[in-house]
Order: sequence, then C-alpha cells, then structure tokens
Amino acid sequence: MSVAILETKDLNHAYSKGTAHEIAAIENINLSIEEGELVGIIGHTGSGKSTLIQHFNGILKPSSGTVLLDGEDIWKDKTKIRNVRFKVGLCFQYPEYQLFEETVYKDIAFGPKNMGLSAEEIDKKVRQVISFVGLSEDYLEKSPFDLSGGEKRRVAIAGVMAMEPRVLILDEPCAGLDPKGRNTILQLVTDYQKKTGSTVVVISHSMEDISKIASKILVMNKSRLAYYDSVDNVFSNAAELKEMGLNIPSITQLFLNLRNRGYDVKTNIYTLEEAKKELLRLFSKEEK
Amino acid sequence: MLSDITIGQYYKADSFVHRLDPRIKIILTIWFIVIIFLCKNFLSLALMLSLVVFSILASKVPFKTFFKSLKPIIPVILFTTILNIFYIKDGNLLFPDTFIKITDLGLATAFFMSVRIITLIMCSSLLTYTTVPTMLTDAIEKLLSPLKVFHIEVHTFAMMMTLALRFIPTLIEEIERITNAQKARGADLENGKLMQRVKAMIPILIPLFVSAFMRASELAFAMSCRCYRGGNGRTKMKQMKLSLKDIVPLLIFAVFTVGVVLVNKYFNPII
Repeated sequence: MSVAILETKDLNHAYSKGTAHEIAAIENINLSIEEGELVGIIGHTGSGKSTLIQHFNGILKPSSGTVLLDGEDIWKDKTKIRNVRFKVGLCFQYPEYQLFEETVYKDIAFGPKNMGLSAEEIDKKVRQVISFVGLSEDYLEKSPFDLSGGEKRRVAIAGVMAMEPRVLILDEPCAGLDPKGRNTILQLVTDYQKKTGSTVVVISHSMEDISKIASKILVMNKSRLAYYDSVDNVFSNAAELKEMGLNIPSITQLFLNLRNRGYDVKTNIYTLEEAKKELLRLFSKEEK
Repeated sequence: MLSDITIGQYYKADSFVHRLDPRIKIILTIWFIVIIFLCKNFLSLALMLSLVVFSILASKVPFKTFFKSLKPIIPVILFTTILNIFYIKDGNLLFPDTFIKITDLGLATAFFMSVRIITLIMCSSLLTYTTVPTMLTDAIEKLLSPLKVFHIEVHTFAMMMTLALRFIPTLIEEIERITNAQKARGADLENGKLMQRVKAMIPILIPLFVSAFMRASELAFAMSCRCYRGGNGRTKMKQMKLSLKDIVPLLIFAVFTVGVVLVNKYFNPII
C-alpha cells in the first residue's frame, strides 16, 4: 500500500484576484499523488497545468484550499516554504533560461548551496547528477552559455535534480527539442525515477511521450481535473479527450480503428514493441 | 507587484483627447508644465488645476486610474511637504509658545508645492493614458525633425524609444519567470542583509541580460529581413494631419495662460 506524498484539497487559484480581470486558473482540485509514482499531466493550452504544479512547491499560494506534503499543509509556516521547495523540485518550461553561473559546476551547485550543504556534499551531488544526465565531467568547467540547446536543458534539469527532491516536477521538459533530444530527456526521467525511487510529475503535450513513461495520467480541462487514472483507463476515453482538444497516441488510435473494423485486438497499445506483439498475436490467430 | 507599473500605460477610450493630434498633446503638456511653474499664488494654481480636471473629464479616463499613477510619488510629495514645513522660517509662528516652529507661510508653501506636483503628474499621465506609445514616439520624431539639420538621427532615437516601450511588459514577464525558476532552486530573495539581497539579484539579472541581448539580436535580424534601413526615405502608414479641431485646445490653453498671468499680476504671490 503506497502512501500519498502530495495531496491537494479543494485547491483554487484565481489570477488578478479582486480586479475586473479575475480569471480562475484552477478550480476545486482534489488529488493525491502516491510515493514512487510517475504521473503525466496533459491538458490543452491554458487548462491550468502549469498553475497547478506551481502550487506543489509553493511558488504560487492557493486562493483557497490546501496543498499537503506528507500530510502537512505547506503554507502552515510561511518561513519554511523554502524547505518545501527543496523537497519538491520544480523545473520550469525552457529551464535553460535560468542558467547564470560562470561554470556548469557552479550552476548545478546553486540549489544544493542554498540548502546549506557542505562543500564535499555539494561536490558529490554535482558529479553524481552530471553523469546522470549523460554529460561527462569535462562539462563541469565549461560555461553553460557555450553549450548546445539540448545540453543546456540537461544541465538545467541537473540543477534541480541535484537537490535530490523527493518529488521532481518537470514542466514540458521536451519542448523545442529534436526527436533525439526528446528521447534522451524521457529516458533520463524514467531512469531517475527507477534509480532513486522518487516521485516524478511530468507535463507534456505529447500523448506518445506520456503513455510511454507514465504510470498514471492526470488530465486537466478548463481549470478542472478531468481524469486522474491509470494510462489505460484515461486513454479509453478517446472521444472525451478529443472534445478537450487532446488526443490519444496515434498508435493507440490505429488499434482502436482495427477494433472498430471487427478485429479482435487490444487497444491499450502505446509502443511499437507492444504493437508488434499484438499484431503477431492477431496473425497467428487468423492462421488457425 | 511589478505589474502595478503604470508608466506608459494606455487607457483605451474614445474621446476628444484621445483623437487629438499627438504632436499638439505633447506641446500642450510641455506648455502646461511651464505655466504651472509660473503660477505664484493659489488662485492661478487653481486655474491650472481646473484645466487639468476639465481635460481629464474630457478624456473619459476615470479618476481612479490617475490616483493609481499618483501612488508611487506619494513619498516625494511627503518629503517636499515636510521639508517646506520645517525649513521655511518666514511668516507668523502657528504655535508661538511651544517648541514647534511651524509658520503659516511654511504650511501654505508646503500645500502649494504638493498641489503643484500632483497637477504635474496628472497632466503628464493624461498624455500617456490617452496616446498609444507608437503615436507618441511618432510625434516626438516629427517634433524633433528640425534637428536633422544638425545631422542628428531623429528617426533612430524614435525607433529606439518605441522598441524600449514595447519591451517593458515583455521584460517584466521575463523577470517573473526567472525569479520563479530561481526560487524553485531555493533562492532566497526576501530575507537577509542589504549586501546579501543585492547578491541574490545576480541569478536573476544575468539570465535577464542574456535573454534581453538574444531578443535584441533576433529583433535586429527580423527587422533587416523586412528591409529596415533606418529613416531615410521611409514613409508613414498613418500620416499625421492637423485639423481645425486640433487648434481649439491651443486656444483654451492660451486663455488660461492669460488668466494665470493676470492673476499673478493682481494678486499677492505665495512664493
């Protein structure tokens, strides 16, 4: 039985509260994320995904409702909010724009340094995390501004990972990267989750990416929580998802079409590997 | 917090003041500022204040908006008020038997100065509230065009101003984004001594500069892609034309100027 690490209770947030431009960004969100889970968040642009995750580490303060970390309200003691941010690491969209130090080493060390760790501990963490994101230690002495886009992205993610947060949240970590870069980042996220056993939350616009890595999917629609369920269960609502401006992975759609044409196939297919297996199973059955 | 900045903010409305030629508006604003400094007593100041209030009413911009633009200068007003109250020794003491050395003249001057500052701010805010920034820079370019004789590139300055104004909101957004990203890495911006706080700004300023320079070079590239080559031979899509209606406010201002001059002459000055 897993334990809930992050919970929200009746979470509401409105931007420009009290003015004529007041907009409800998220409304009545109740959810609980269990320890060790890899949660994918999908939703149309402006559905409140980014607003929601900025509540998880206290960047935004709820208009009403609570966010619980280990069962404790993160806003109970305002002065301790920094500790929450070390436990819940948030990596924003296009995180490469946060790089500022002279060397990659110093930049990755920024988070651990803020935590007040000793120099040796920081050194250990930096070296650990740089190899984790697939860069050699030669990179540590380079200027972050001399790196390529994909490398910068990995350094920025490493900067958040170096704090060893119990929950790692990534807002569209693959945005604007080429297919190779995307796969590297996705692999990195799953490896990190498996190796450290920590909880990971990923926002993505790509149904393919999400279905490949996530254990659970959270769907946001018009500031509200639409679904929060296993991958199979969420993608079984193809029609509803389409209405929200979302989609199901194209490979899943293919099998759904086959099923509609009378073939006896499973529809919870998300990878080429699974598709191959399922098709072979279908062919061998037809031969009999 | 940052989004409260009201400088250069345009208030959309359809009014006589909005439609007025921006060149006339700039000239009138400068004119107004000069006259305000010529005012020597409360009556002439009241004349100018009524002119501003009248213009604001004509512009259909709500007074509430003006109060918002006054907020940031409240410290300045308080400072001058206190300075005037305590440093003017002329006039009759208000509390002759106590140690408080405040004179009636000091009080009057303090009040006079604050009203003058408020009127000034209201007048210049009216200009930015009723004129789109691009129109404003266009008008400045036109007004300064005689300087071309001295080989000063007026167009370049106007373009720089337009771009600077255009990028204020973008940069504010950028600052907020970077601040959040660094806060997520545990940056502490609210606490600590002065030096620590200044140091805490570095993780925000460096990425901000980097992205501002990147934006600038991308913008320059985009501009040259559209064949921008400075002001020579460049025509305007929106031509500014003076009409008879634009003359009316000039006449009103002239009447008020004469009024101020007469009041100054026939009534006792305060300062």
